[in-house]
Amino acid sequence: MTSYEQSRVLMKGNEAFAEGAIRAGCDAYFGYPITPQTELLEYMARRMPELGRVFVQAESEVAAIYMVMGAAASGARAMTSSSSPGISLKQEGISYLAGNELPAVIVNVMRGGPGLGNVAPAQGDYFQATRGGGHGVYRTIVLAPASVQEALDLTALAFDLADRYRTPVMVLADGSVGQTMEPVVLKEYQRPQDLPPKDWAIGSCAGRMKRTLHSIGLEPEVLAEWNQRLQEKYARIREREVRWDGYGLEDAQLAVIAFGTSARVSLTAVRLAREAGLPIGLLRPVTLFPFPDREVADLAARVNGILVVEMNEGQMLEDVRRVAGSNCRVRFFGRLGGVVPAPEDVVSALWAFWEEVR
Amino acid sequence: MATEQLVLSRPRSQSETITHYCPGCSHGVVHRLVAEAVDGLGLRERAVLVAPVGCAVFAYNYFDFDGCEAAHGRAPAVATGIKRCRPDLFVFTYQGDGDLAAIGTAEIVHAAARGERISVVFVNNAVYGMTGGQMAPTTLAGQRTTSSPTGRDIARAGSPIRVCEMLATLDGPAYIARVSVHNPGAIRKAGAAIRRAFACQVADLGFSLVEVLGTCPTNWGLGPSEALRWLEENMTPHYPLGEFKVIEGVAGL
Repeated sequence: MTSYEQSRVLMKGNEAFAEGAIRAGCDAYFGYPITPQTELLEYMARRMPELGRVFVQAESEVAAIYMVMGAAASGARAMTSSSSPGISLKQEGISYLAGNELPAVIVNVMRGGPGLGNVAPAQGDYFQATRGGGHGVYRTIVLAPASVQEALDLTALAFDLADRYRTPVMVLADGSVGQTMEPVVLKEYQRPQDLPPKDWAIGSCAGRMKRTLHSIGLEPEVLAEWNQRLQEKYARIREREVRWDGYGLEDAQLAVIAFGTSARVSLTAVRLAREAGLPIGLLRPVTLFPFPDREVADLAARVNGILVVEMNEGQMLEDVRRVAGSNCRVRFFGRLGGVVPAPEDVVSALWAFWEEVR
Repeated sequence: MATEQLVLSRPRSQSETITHYCPGCSHGVVHRLVAEAVDGLGLRERAVLVAPVGCAVFAYNYFDFDGCEAAHGRAPAVATGIKRCRPDLFVFTYQGDGDLAAIGTAEIVHAAARGERISVVFVNNAVYGMTGGQMAPTTLAGQRTTSSPTGRDIARAGSPIRVCEMLATLDGPAYIARVSVHNPGAIRKAGAAIRRAFACQVADLGFSLVEVLGTCPTNWGLGPSEALRWLEENMTPHYPLGEFKVIEGVAGL
């Protein structure tokens, strides 16, 4: 047996988020049960105390995000997780994390909405996640895993990005990624050597000036300066942290753009269509904020059409249209209410689109 | 030749920043009692304050140790996060009645129920101060505020909540007391209770809370001296002073 095989295990997506966090040195987890992410909380409930780390089942999603805020303020690597309605409750706290410039990781295993909706996989929280989600002028980095392996890897990456930019990072998955079991390779986590020291964290003021963490700026000019500093941070993030994946794009005349489970389904559809002779490729944004603007713009300049596939009414579609402009035709294929599209349906949509743009 | 002897000075834990509080407001007195307790127990270098939203929103500016803000009502959750990650620190929240007894009810109840090793200084002045004098969960029956202009109607708005009595039914708290700052004797007792609550955390005995009845002359529409009399005559009958929970081990502190 090679060491590679030894480190391959079968794991559920929700467990992979947890394991990825633990491997990345997550010091503290605070959560509240909600389907379809509860296995994440349960995994943490079992493992964190074994490792001598902090686990608290909070009285609400609201309390959980503020426990994260306290933990992050003390310099710990802190995390919470939930699913769509619970994430809505956390949005005030995420805004406070952004305002206080506190690093933290939030996992959203999306389900159908609005309201109580259902517990089936959906992608209806794209706008909420990529536009900030709470009140005020801020963004969070958003990572979109499309497999159990990525659930593990991107959660670990989320902690590094959070610490590097002093910002909350959201891992935006859907119920299908959370509930699917797949083999994953467990890699040794290496903490980047160049992460900035947490010389802002509160704790013991012995031998130094006291430190205060807050987000208040009553003078408009003071708050404006603060806002501007955040904008500069987001500009750096846009410049440096775009991540995406491509398949068959080199010779493509038609492209699909999709994230998460929609991208997984679309990859199968693209393979089937290519086998049948359609010159098509797939672009999968891994970071939803920052969105791969340049890559999508380049793609739009050289293909005849782009089909955006999402499990919502067309939210990422707006980002694709914003970037593609009038360079190529953009169409949308979506499924609502927690329905996962079948690859065959996407293939049919692709052929119809091809007839229109060829 | 006359000699000068220093008999009273600013506590080390109190910063020299001039506060934004109104004349006659009780927050200044309570801040001093907190600073004296922190100093008295030698906690300054490991003290962390979680400030509320409300009149005490800038409380971290008035103490000379680390602090952070919390959203309205969430101070006990923020304090939980800090204390769980850094059990070596002394972590306390400072909250008003709107913050703790209305929007933050879930957080205070569950922090108390978990026996979270934090301390809470809860200032009850029966009104929302920062927003200009609206009805609080602790506003007295018949008390006029800007949102109960004809007086609190308990048939519609319910009776004022007695936080100490409510929390004392839980198993998590080690120490719960209600004090007042309406005269020098009361202030001395208030200081002793705050010190005892803080000592509970140091001794790892459990959750501790001191409710301090205070004045809000501005929003009550009274002068500072009248406000102190109003507190004693109107608030203490509904909010009896005393200790509501003292578990074994606290008595010796």
